[in-house]
Parts: sequence; C-alpha cells; structure tokens
Amino acid sequence: MKEIERLDIPVVHVATVVPISQTVGANRIVPAVAIPHPLGNPRLSKDEEYNLRKKIVEKCLKALSTHIDTQTVFTD
Amino acid sequence: MGKYRVVHYINQFFGGIGGEDKAGLLPQVRSGKAGPGIALQNYLGEEFEIVATIVCGDNYFAENTVKATSEILNMIKEYKPDIFFAGPAFNAGRYGIACGAICETVQETFKIPAVMGVYPGSPAADMYARVLTLAATADSARGMEEAIKRMVYIGLKLFRNESLADPEVDNYIPRGIRKNILLPDIGAKRAVEMLVKKLKGESFITEYPMPVFDRVPPAHPIIDLSQAVIGLTGCGGIVPKGNPDRVEASSATKYGTYSIAGIDNLTGDQFESAHGGYDTTYANEDPDRVLPVDVLREMEKEGKIKKLHDIFYSTVGNGTSVDNARKYGQEIAQKFKDSAVNAVIVTST
Repeated sequence: MKEIERLDIPVVHVATVVPISQTVGANRIVPAVAIPHPLGNPRLSKDEEYNLRKKIVEKCLKALSTHIDTQTVFTD
Repeated sequence: MGKYRVVHYINQFFGGIGGEDKAGLLPQVRSGKAGPGIALQNYLGEEFEIVATIVCGDNYFAENTVKATSEILNMIKEYKPDIFFAGPAFNAGRYGIACGAICETVQETFKIPAVMGVYPGSPAADMYARVLTLAATADSARGMEEAIKRMVYIGLKLFRNESLADPEVDNYIPRGIRKNILLPDIGAKRAVEMLVKKLKGESFITEYPMPVFDRVPPAHPIIDLSQAVIGLTGCGGIVPKGNPDRVEASSATKYGTYSIAGIDNLTGDQFESAHGGYDTTYANEDPDRVLPVDVLREMEKEGKIKKLHDIFYSTVGNGTSVDNARKYGQEIAQKFKDSAVNAVIVTST
C-alpha cells in the first residue's frame, strides 16, 4: 500500500482489523466485514450480499476521491 | 610478546585527503594510524597497535561496492589484524554504509571483531544493526571523542570474549536480540506498575517495544472517478484455481500476476484462496468476497469508473516478512504506475 502511495497513486485499504491497518500506516481505510469474507457475508442472500459489497466498494471510491491530510477511516 | 594488530578504515575526508571533490578516491593503505586513528590508538592503549589505515573515497565505494570490498579486503589481509575498526561515520550515509559493508565482510572472512561507530538514525544503523555491534555515536564529528571511546569499549569486550550488557548500558545500537532473564517480580506485577506509571504520566521503560512503521503522506485523490482506472490487489491469497504459481500458504516468497480480462465475476470454479491463515471456505465459494471484481465490473459498465484494470496482483499475507512485502509492494506499485492505473483498492483478510 505504502509503496503504491509513494508513487502518488491513492490507495484505499479494506481491512477488518482497522487498528492494524492504522498501525501499519494506511492512509485511507474502509472497515471490512470479517476476516474470512472482508467484502461479503455468506449468511445473507446473494442479492443482499452483493448490495453489501457494493456499499463497501462505493465507500472505497468515495475515499479515493476525498482529499485527506491525515489517516482517515471512512465509516459512512 | 608483540602487540595486537589493528587495522582501521576511514574515508577520504577523515583521511585528510579532501571533501566531495576527492570522493572518487581509490582505496589506499597507509601504514600506521591516521586522522581519528590517533585518538583510537590512545584509547586502545599499549597492548594494541594500529598497523595500517585504509582510506577510500565514499563515492568510489558506493559506486563499486563489490569491487571496492574485495580490494580493501586484500589490503587488510596483508596486515593480519587481530581486530578491525571503521569510522566513526556519524550520520554520513555513504560512509556509514561503506563501514558497515567492510566490517561485515571482515567479521565473516577473518573471524575477528569488527567494530564501527554510527549514529542510530542513519541508514547504516538500520542496515547493519543485526549483523554487527554498532557503537552508537552522535550525528556529527563533534562527538568524535565519545564515539571513539565507545568503539574501543565495545571492541575490547568483543576481543576478550566478554558478554555485552544491554544496549543502553554499553552504548551500542540494539541488535534485535531477545534474551531470557530472571526478574524478582512476576510479569503481572511489572505490567501493573508500568500501567500505573503511564496513568500518572510518569516515564517507564517498556519490556516490549513496538516496531516502528514508516509513514507515507496521503496521495492526492482522484478528481474524476468516471475517468479513473482502478487496480485491485490484496493479501487474501486469491489465485486461479490450482494455484499455478504455487504462492505459499504462509511466509509467501512471491506474488501472483493474474488477468481478469473479460471476467465479470470471480467464481469458485476459476479462482480460490491459497491463504493458510484463515478459513478459506467463504473465499473459495465466492472469491468476490475478497476481491470485489463483480461490483467493479458493474460500475465500469455503468460508467461510474472508466475501467477496472485487467490484471490483479495477489499474495498471501500470513507470516510474510515485512522486507518481502515491501519488495512486492514496490514492484506492484511500479506495474500499476506503468499501466497508468489511477487508484488502487487493497483488500486484507
């Protein structure tokens, strides 16, 4: 992540354990669902699960197009 | 009985030859002591004698490391040293690295103590602290006297096979070695004492320093999403079914480069997770749960983003060393850059 960012390409980290992401130094962070399925939830129906994933990806795109000066967790 | 033989390495500046204009100087030998070697000899005392000083230009060494190391090694060999010193290099980048490279080679080749002095924040300190005992010095030559004293103290201990005390006591840069020691109080009591001190705002010394991670300033945001090419990468171990590159389930020594051209959706028939550190049942059922190709393809069709980059990079983040991860990161970053990817989504499991 940091290597990509060093080349001034914005990066968003989708991470379940947000404190690890913060410690390691991600700048744009979007919280994930769970470790074995960060962008999904097998307990939901296919459609519901797809919508959940879509929401997370939309959050990612919002994070990537937002100017930040410091580490930011994009929750909603 | 003769004196113990010492060889000392310094750069062109401390050798009194010149500054940057002389940094291309080829390695040369002078018999006896020179420059900081005079103080070094004083602190070493009568038992030791600096028999030779090697002087080499910082640029020459930096630009011809392999060749320079072997040339210098040949010069040192002639003098049959019992102990070797280099520097002190303080906060000088090239000089510090030259001292480190030579000390490491001398230590390995001649099996003698090789000691240098360097400032703890310098690049050489990071590079060599694990393989050498580095005397901690000030950042500039103002700290020369103290630096020499510390180098001698450490050098003599190593020479006499005496064990070193803790880094802060014997003034060397921590080598990342953990030792088992017995303390009168149990861990719980020590932990509570530290916590109480912390709550009171008093200083305390941790028994487990946290690693220091470097920081990168946030990159500039995407201006227009509809014109953006988005890349995907991650450490969730998603690979084509059968794991053709054999990305390891833990301590990965590689990353995979996979095409998703024409693929709208990662399915369990074509892709799977090679990760050995989490239950991959759900990722194998639907790998989009780890790398959201399906959603990004839809957004591409809708024109929300210009394109999902047709290649994703994938590795397993399970016990993978930071050095390896950094190396993969650098390579992947460059590939994204070369393909004009505007932004990247990284997912972790």
